[in-house]
Amino acid sequence: MSLHLTTSNIFKSYNGESVLKNCSFSFDQGGVYVLTGPNGSGKSTFLRICSLIECQDSGQIHYVSGGQVLDNDLALKRRITLVLPKVGLFNMSVFRNAAYGLTIRGIKGPVAIRRIDKVLDFVGLSHKKVQNARTVSSGEAQRLGIARALVIEPEILFLDEPTASVDQKNTGIIEGIINTMKQDGKVTVIMTTHDRDQAARLADHLLVMKDGEILSAPFEKEKI
Amino acid sequence: MSSILEGFSQALTLILHLDAELLGIILLSIKVSGGALLIATLTGLPLGALLGLKKFPLGGFFVTILNTFMGLPPVVVGLFIYLLLSRSGPLGFMSLLYTPVAMIVAQSVLAFPIVAAISHSAIAGVDPILRQTAVTLGATPVQVSLAVIREARYGIMSGVMAAFGRVMAEVGAILIVGGNIAGYTRVMTTTIALETDKGNFELALALGIILLSISLMINTALYMIQRRGMVRTNR
Repeated sequence: MSLHLTTSNIFKSYNGESVLKNCSFSFDQGGVYVLTGPNGSGKSTFLRICSLIECQDSGQIHYVSGGQVLDNDLALKRRITLVLPKVGLFNMSVFRNAAYGLTIRGIKGPVAIRRIDKVLDFVGLSHKKVQNARTVSSGEAQRLGIARALVIEPEILFLDEPTASVDQKNTGIIEGIINTMKQDGKVTVIMTTHDRDQAARLADHLLVMKDGEILSAPFEKEKI
Repeated sequence: MSSILEGFSQALTLILHLDAELLGIILLSIKVSGGALLIATLTGLPLGALLGLKKFPLGGFFVTILNTFMGLPPVVVGLFIYLLLSRSGPLGFMSLLYTPVAMIVAQSVLAFPIVAAISHSAIAGVDPILRQTAVTLGATPVQVSLAVIREARYGIMSGVMAAFGRVMAEVGAILIVGGNIAGYTRVMTTTIALETDKGNFELALALGIILLSISLMINTALYMIQRRGMVRTNR
C-alpha cells in the first residue's frame, strides 16, 4: 500500500529566528518532488522535519497508507529514509556500509547480499565494495549514501542536496540514478537542490521555497 | 660494565631455560593484569560510553574526575585497598589481603579510569553525522549507540591496551596488597624489586627483559590498531 505524506501548517524556529512559516503540502503522488530555493530558505529543515529526523515547533506531519494515518513510530521511520548532504560513512567497507540498514533490520545472508550487490551495481560502486568507505571520493560517498538508503527499499526517499558537494561527472551519475528511480516508479523521491536547472531537469513536481515559506503550489514539469 | 654484561648473559640463559618458578611468576603477572583489565573494561567501557553518548548534569565533572584518576599513584591505591581489606578494615572479613584477588582489585582500580576516560574520549569524538545517519536508516536508540561505539572501536582498544601497559608495569599497589609472597603473589615487577634488593641481578634482568618484551608487544599492537583506525580520507 503506497505511503503518502501530508504536512500542515509547519512552523519551526531556531533561537527565536523563524525558519519555517506555515508550510503545508501534500506529497500524495509518486515521482520526484524537488524543493528548490536559495540558501537559508528552509528547504533542508523542511526535509528533515518531513523525514521525522527533527521535530516541528507546531503543525502536523501525517503519513497516510491505505487511508489510515500512521503513528510516527519506528515502523514508519523504517519505511522512509533521508540521505544527508554530508553522507556519514562508517569506518568499514563500502559493502558493510551499504549493509547497515539491513543489518539493523535483522536481514542477513544471501537475501541481504543480493540486495546489497544490486544497489551497489545500481550506483556504480560494485568494484569498490571491499574498499574502506572513508577512502572513496565525495561523489562516490554520495552515491554510496543513496545505495545505503535504497537497499532498505524505502517507500519515500528524501535526498538533501545530493549533488551540492560533488563534481560535474558525479552530478550527472546521481541525476541518472534519480531519473532511473523515477522511471521505475517504486519510490517517491523528495529532494532539495539550490540548482534551479537541476530542479527543472529532475522534477515531476516542483516546489519553490523562500524565507521559510512554500511560495508556489507545485506545477508539473512541462509548465516550468 | 663486565658485571652488567655478565648479568645480561645469565639473564638470557634463564629466559632460554625458563624454569618453573620463572614461568609461574610470568603467568601470575599476566593472570593478575589480565583479570584487572577484564574488570576495568567491563566497568570502564560502559561508563565511558554513557558519558560519551548521553548528556546529563555533572557529566563534565565526572569526565574531569576520570581524567584526574588516570594518573592515580599506585602506592596510594595500594594503601587504600590495603586499608579496605586489612583485618580491621570494612572488607577484612573477606580475607583477601595478600592474595592474587587483592592484586587484581588494586590493578582494576588503576586501569578503570584509563579505560573509561579514553573510551569516553573516543566515543565523544565520533562525528555526530554518523549518529544521525544511523537514525535516518531506521536504527533504534540502542542500535544508534552501538553504531557510535563500534565507530570508536580503535580508540577504545587503544585505551584498553594503554591500561594493560600500565598495570603490567605497576609495582607499588600490588606489592602493598599482595605482599610479594613467593609462589603465590609474586609477580614480575615485585620480583624485580626484590631481587634487585638482594643483589640477584640476573633474575631481575631476565624479568626486566621479559617485561620490556611484553611492553613492546603491547605497544606494537597499539600502533597497529591505531594505524588501522587511521584511514586516509579524500573528503
